[in-house]
Amino acid sequence: MTTPSLEQIRDRILAAVPAAEASLVNNPGPAAQHSLLIDRAHLVEVARFLRDDPELRLDYCSNVTGIDQPEREVVDKVRRKVPAPDGSGEREVEEKVKRIEPGFLEVVYHLFSMARKHGPVVLRVRTGDRAGDASVPSLTPVWRACEFQEREVFDLFGIVFTGHPNLRRILMWDAFVGHPMRKDYVEPDDYEWEPTPHDAVLERVKARQAVASTPEEGPTT
Amino acid sequence: MRAVHDEFHGDLMEVSMGPHHPSTHGVFRMNVVLDGERIVKLKPVFGYLHRNHEKLGEGMTWLASMPFTDRLDYLCAMTNNWAYALAVERLTGLQPPERAEYIRVVLAELTRLLNHTCLAGFLLQDTGAMGTPLMYAFREREKILDLFEALSGSRMMCNYQRFGGCRVDVSPAWLAAARKVVDAYPRFLDEFEALVTGNEIVMARTQGVGRVAPELAVAAGVTGPMLRACGVDYDIRKVDGYGLYPRFHFRVPLGDHGDTYDRYMIRVLEMRESIGILKQAIDGIPDGPILDPKAKGRGLRPPAGEAYGRIEGPKGEIGFFLVSDGTPNPSRYRVRAPSFVNLTILEDMCLGHTVADAVVILGSIDIVLGEVDR
Amino acid sequence: MNGLGILKGLAVTAKNFAGSFSTKDRLVTVEYPEQRTELPENTRQFPFLVYDGTEPIDGLRCVACRICEKECPPQCIYIVMERDAAGKPAKKPRVFDIDVSVCMSCQICVEVCPFDAIKMDNAFEIATSDRFEGLLLKREDLAKPNSHFHRIHPTDAAEVDARLEEDRRKAEEKARLAAEAKAKATRARDEGGAGAAPKP
Repeated sequence: MTTPSLEQIRDRILAAVPAAEASLVNNPGPAAQHSLLIDRAHLVEVARFLRDDPELRLDYCSNVTGIDQPEREVVDKVRRKVPAPDGSGEREVEEKVKRIEPGFLEVVYHLFSMARKHGPVVLRVRTGDRAGDASVPSLTPVWRACEFQEREVFDLFGIVFTGHPNLRRILMWDAFVGHPMRKDYVEPDDYEWEPTPHDAVLERVKARQAVASTPEEGPTT
Repeated sequence: MRAVHDEFHGDLMEVSMGPHHPSTHGVFRMNVVLDGERIVKLKPVFGYLHRNHEKLGEGMTWLASMPFTDRLDYLCAMTNNWAYALAVERLTGLQPPERAEYIRVVLAELTRLLNHTCLAGFLLQDTGAMGTPLMYAFREREKILDLFEALSGSRMMCNYQRFGGCRVDVSPAWLAAARKVVDAYPRFLDEFEALVTGNEIVMARTQGVGRVAPELAVAAGVTGPMLRACGVDYDIRKVDGYGLYPRFHFRVPLGDHGDTYDRYMIRVLEMRESIGILKQAIDGIPDGPILDPKAKGRGLRPPAGEAYGRIEGPKGEIGFFLVSDGTPNPSRYRVRAPSFVNLTILEDMCLGHTVADAVVILGSIDIVLGEVDR
Repeated sequence: MNGLGILKGLAVTAKNFAGSFSTKDRLVTVEYPEQRTELPENTRQFPFLVYDGTEPIDGLRCVACRICEKECPPQCIYIVMERDAAGKPAKKPRVFDIDVSVCMSCQICVEVCPFDAIKMDNAFEIATSDRFEGLLLKREDLAKPNSHFHRIHPTDAAEVDARLEEDRRKAEEKARLAAEAKAKATRARDEGGAGAAPKP
C-alpha cells in the first residue's frame, strides 16, 4: 500500500501530540524523499505515536544516522535607506550583510512499516548546537533497532542520546578522543608510515622526525 | 539468573570469546558471563576492523566509493554495488536500461546463492561438522565465483555496477555458462540437504536454539532471512519492487519457530527460489544497451538533495543514505549494514543457552565483520 | 529411525569421495604451481601502461593528464609531467609510479583514462622480498607493448585499436579538410590578388 503524504502524517502528528512542532523539510533532488523535522522535546512522543497509530504502524526503524552541519557564513542582501550624499533626502542602497549561521547536528531516522508495508517516512531532529547542547532524546525505547545505530552516531558524531540504556562507544575504542565523522575532525598525525612514492608524505615524515628528535624545540601539546 | 550460589554452583565467570577465535567469523569478540555453562550475559564487542568507511566515502568522488563497497560484505560484492548504484540513481534520476536490470537480477541472485551456500557451510562448521560440508559448499561457491571473474575480472571484489547500468556486457557464452551452473545447482542442494537437513545431530544442535519472537525481530530492525525465519513476511524484493523483481515469479519462504534450524532452512528454501528467478532472468534477458546514455562516472555531480536506496541483500536490508550538495564528493555517505543491525539481538538469543550454542547462534545470524565494523 | 539421517549423510560423503576420482565436477582443486587454471579474459590484477611502437618510454600513450591519479580510490598512482628544456610541459610522464602494495585492482584508472593508455594486466605473481621498493613500480616496469595487451585481452584490444584507428582517421580527415580549405583560401587570395593581371 502507499504511504500517506507527509502533510497528512504531519497533520495526524499534530492532532495526536498537539504540543509538538513538526515541519516539512523539502528535498530538492530527484529522489523527492522529503522529511519531517520534529522538535526535540516531543520526539519520543511523536515516535511512539507513529509506531502505534493503526493507520501508519511504522514499526520498523531501518536506518539511523547523523549529519553534521557545521556553522557557515551566509550572505544576506539587505536594503536600507541612507541619506543621499548631496543632502537631498534619502535613497535606498542594497548591502550585503554577512552573518554566521550556527551549526548543528542532525539525526535522521528512516522509518518503514512491516505490518502495512509502506515507507519510507524520514524523521529528522536537530541538536541545539555542536558542542554543549548536542543531545537529542533516544528512540531506543521505541525501536530496539536504534540501539546500536544510536551508539554509532554517538561514537562518530558525538550526539548524546538521553535515555539510551547503554550509550558507549561502539566502533572506536573507549579511550579514543574526538568524533571522527564531524566535518571539522582533524585526524592525528601519528599513524605508522612506510616509504611511499609521494614526496609530500615523505616531507611530512621528515618534518615529524625532526620535531621528535628535538623535543624541546618542537611544538608542545 | 539464579541468585543463590550453592556449593555445586560457583561464582559467575566472565569469558572473553574472541576477538581471534575461529568460531567468531572474523575479528569479533563476545564478552560472556557464564553460570556454569549457561550464558547469563553477553556483550558483543566489535570495531576491530573499523576503517571509517563513511568518512572515506565523503573524501572521494562518487565513483571511487564503488570499489570500496565491495569490501563491506566481502561475500556479496554484487549486491553491495547494486545498493550503492541504486541510491545514486535515486539521487541523480538515472534510469538503468532493461538489459542492465536483468543482469543485476542475475548477479544478485547468484550472490544470494553463494552467500547462503557459504552460510550453510559455516553454520555446519560451527556446529562441529568440521570440514566436509564447508568444502562441499565452497566447491559450489567456486563455480559462481568463476562466473563473476569471467564477467567482472575479479572473483570477490567485483566493482561491477555503475550508476545507471553495468560496466561490461554479458556475452551469450557467459549466459550459457551461468545457466549451466544454475541448472546444476538443485542437484547440489539435494545432496547437501541429504547430508545435513535430516541429520539428527544437526537437529539436536539447532532446533529450539536461539529462538526469536517475531515482535522482537521487528522491533529490533532485524531483516533478511533472520526476520523471515520468525515468520514475518517482509522481503524488500516484494515490498519495494525495485529493479525488475515484480516481473519474476517467486515465493517468500517463511519459518515458524524462529530458531537456528529455521534460519538454516529459510536459506535453503530461498536458494531454491533464487534458482527459479535465475532461470527466468537468464532466459528472458533482452538485447539492448547496458548503460543509461546520461550516465557518467568521472566527474559525476548529483544535484543537491538526499536519497535512501535499499535492496534485499542476502543478509538483509542493505541501504545507502546519501546526501549531495552538488559537489564531486558526497557530503554524507552512510551505509546501513544488515549484519550490524542484526547483531542487536544477539544477547537476547543467547541468554540461557550454552557457550557451544552461542557459537551456533552467531553463525546463524550470518555476520561479516567487514560490514559490521565498516 | 534414529540415526537414519546420519547414515544418509555418510552415503553422500562416500559418493563424493568415490566421485572425486572420476567426476571433474567433484574435484575442482588444481595443484598450483605445477598445474594452473586458465584465467578468463576479463581478469584484472594490476595496471600497466600501453606503448605503441618499439620504444617503451617514448611510445607511451600516457599524456600525464593525471585524471587517474585523482580518481584512484586508494591514491596509489603518482605522476609528474615531463618538461622540456624550456620548462614547457611535454605531454609525457617523467614519473609514473604505482604502489602495487596499495593498489586494489579496481580498474577505475582504466575506466577514466580518455587515452586508453592504462590497462589491467593479468600477472599476479609479483611477490618480492623487498616490500617497499620491489612493490613500487616505475614507468619502466609498467610500460608494456600493445602486443602484450592484445595477447591478454584480445577482444578489448581489438576494440581499442579500432577506436584509436577511427580517431586517427577522423583527425587525418579533419587535417586534410583543413589543409584543403586553407589551400583553397590561399589560392582564392592569390587569384584575387592577381585579378588585375591578365589570365593566362
